[in-house]
Amino acid sequence: MTTFADGVLHTHRELDDMLGRRWRKPRFVKRPWLRWVLGLGFLAYLIASYTTVEVNWNRVYEGLERGWKFVIAFASPDFFSRSSDIWDGMVESVIMTVAASVVGIAISIPIGLGAARNIAPLPVYLICRGIVAVSRALQEIIVAILLVAIFGFGPLAGFLTLSFATIGFLSKLLAEDIEAMDKVQAEAVRASGSSWLQWINYGVQPQVMPRLIGLSMYRIDINFRESAILGLVGAGGIGATLNTAFDRYEYDTAAAILILIIVVVMALEYLSGIIRAKVQ
Amino acid sequence: MPVSDNNGFAVWRKRSNRQALVLWTGWLIGFAVFMYCWQRISEATTWFFVWDAPRIANDIWTRATPPRWEYITQLGRPIWDTLNIATMGTLIALCLAVPVAFLAARNTTPSRLFIRPIALLIIVSTRSINSLIWALLLIAIIGPGVFAGIVAIAIRSIGFCAKLLYEAIEEIDATQVEAVTATGASRWQVMAYGIVPQIMPAFAGIAVFRWDINIRESTVLGLVGAGGIGLQLSASLNVLAWPQVSLILLVILAAVVISEWVSAKVRGAII
Repeated sequence: MTTFADGVLHTHRELDDMLGRRWRKPRFVKRPWLRWVLGLGFLAYLIASYTTVEVNWNRVYEGLERGWKFVIAFASPDFFSRSSDIWDGMVESVIMTVAASVVGIAISIPIGLGAARNIAPLPVYLICRGIVAVSRALQEIIVAILLVAIFGFGPLAGFLTLSFATIGFLSKLLAEDIEAMDKVQAEAVRASGSSWLQWINYGVQPQVMPRLIGLSMYRIDINFRESAILGLVGAGGIGATLNTAFDRYEYDTAAAILILIIVVVMALEYLSGIIRAKVQ
Repeated sequence: MPVSDNNGFAVWRKRSNRQALVLWTGWLIGFAVFMYCWQRISEATTWFFVWDAPRIANDIWTRATPPRWEYITQLGRPIWDTLNIATMGTLIALCLAVPVAFLAARNTTPSRLFIRPIALLIIVSTRSINSLIWALLLIAIIGPGVFAGIVAIAIRSIGFCAKLLYEAIEEIDATQVEAVTATGASRWQVMAYGIVPQIMPAFAGIAVFRWDINIRESTVLGLVGAGGIGLQLSASLNVLAWPQVSLILLVILAAVVISEWVSAKVRGAII
């Protein structure tokens, strides 16, 4: 009996030795020094930023009441008292979105082809990548400010802004998709003695088409969302109406516009989901 | 396979007559819609200004170059504010996005019928409204300043982060969760040991990705008065100080490029 008890005791100790320390969750950042540096640096940053951000809490407290009014306004949006302004703004936004998406997609296809390393020669590749980089680095609103200064107020500036932004987005993703395509199919078409255009049309296009359609739908969605803010700088669209509504503290009208934007975006998202499912 | 008959020879065709007709009609309608839109834009445009545009552009260019380099000493604080808006905004957004994502994911939501639609509504509504509009709204409510910018960025980011996060939660490996549950773990323990480790890399990636986007967005928030370098931009634009505008644009460009580089590096290290 004692031996047995000893044995149990013994194996237990062995188990302890085998297991060693108690199991602990593995850390997300494995190197300890890096973990400490990141953690302490982050803490220092938080303290520094917290002390430099000036918050006027009294103003915030006073604002809570207005915020509550806005929440109430969301429950009873006013679509009617400014319906003609809202309607004009929405139509202009939609028009800018459609026109800019068509032009942007049409231009971004050749640029996307040129920005794919496996089908474009080096000089073309560099030029197209340069265009993509510039378009991506400049934000819509800044481009809109410059274009409004150049072309004057109105939807033309917004249309050009959105087209320009579409080029950067779509060309980059299209080029990445072309670079990741299956070479074998393209080579097979080329081996049949096709011209360059036929090669692109039959060897490359069918492979990237589903993704191009999906991305275009996504971009239309983004363009609509962006068209809502271009009005803030005078580039047309619903943004101007929205800005006026905020300036006049007409929260119920502003809420109506925001609800409309959300509804259109949701509808576009739903539509693009259907189209993408159909294409793929 | 559509085949046309050409004097007794069968010729392969890509589409049947019917398909070709449908396609052609589709193109026709699309073209008509585009032309209508273009006509509306054209009506609303003062074409005299457009024909004059090259001269104006040239004029602005000569005014804006060279940038007024010494102005950069006044940009330190605005850049710091911009960084704060982006970072604090992202942090607040992540804190709020995590619960929303857990409520929205099909496999972790407490109630698919009632709570999930609410969570999805939060995601859609915060996502579809641009941060500049949120900033406008918040300025009307809590007054201009950095704080309004932080809250605007935070609200705008909730939807984006929560959407990506809930998709990551829905894609987790269910067997690991089951294994942890089988040990008799409580609901929270299953969360901490079964689900969280699986979504941690995705979470870190989303956080850095959104931070990068937020740096971009916070540079222009000042245009509506929500703090950061955009305030300087709007002030310079208002007094037509083009050399300052060009310098600010260069600084914004540098900030965007640096933040993109940082986020690419960090994401590369995580994934």
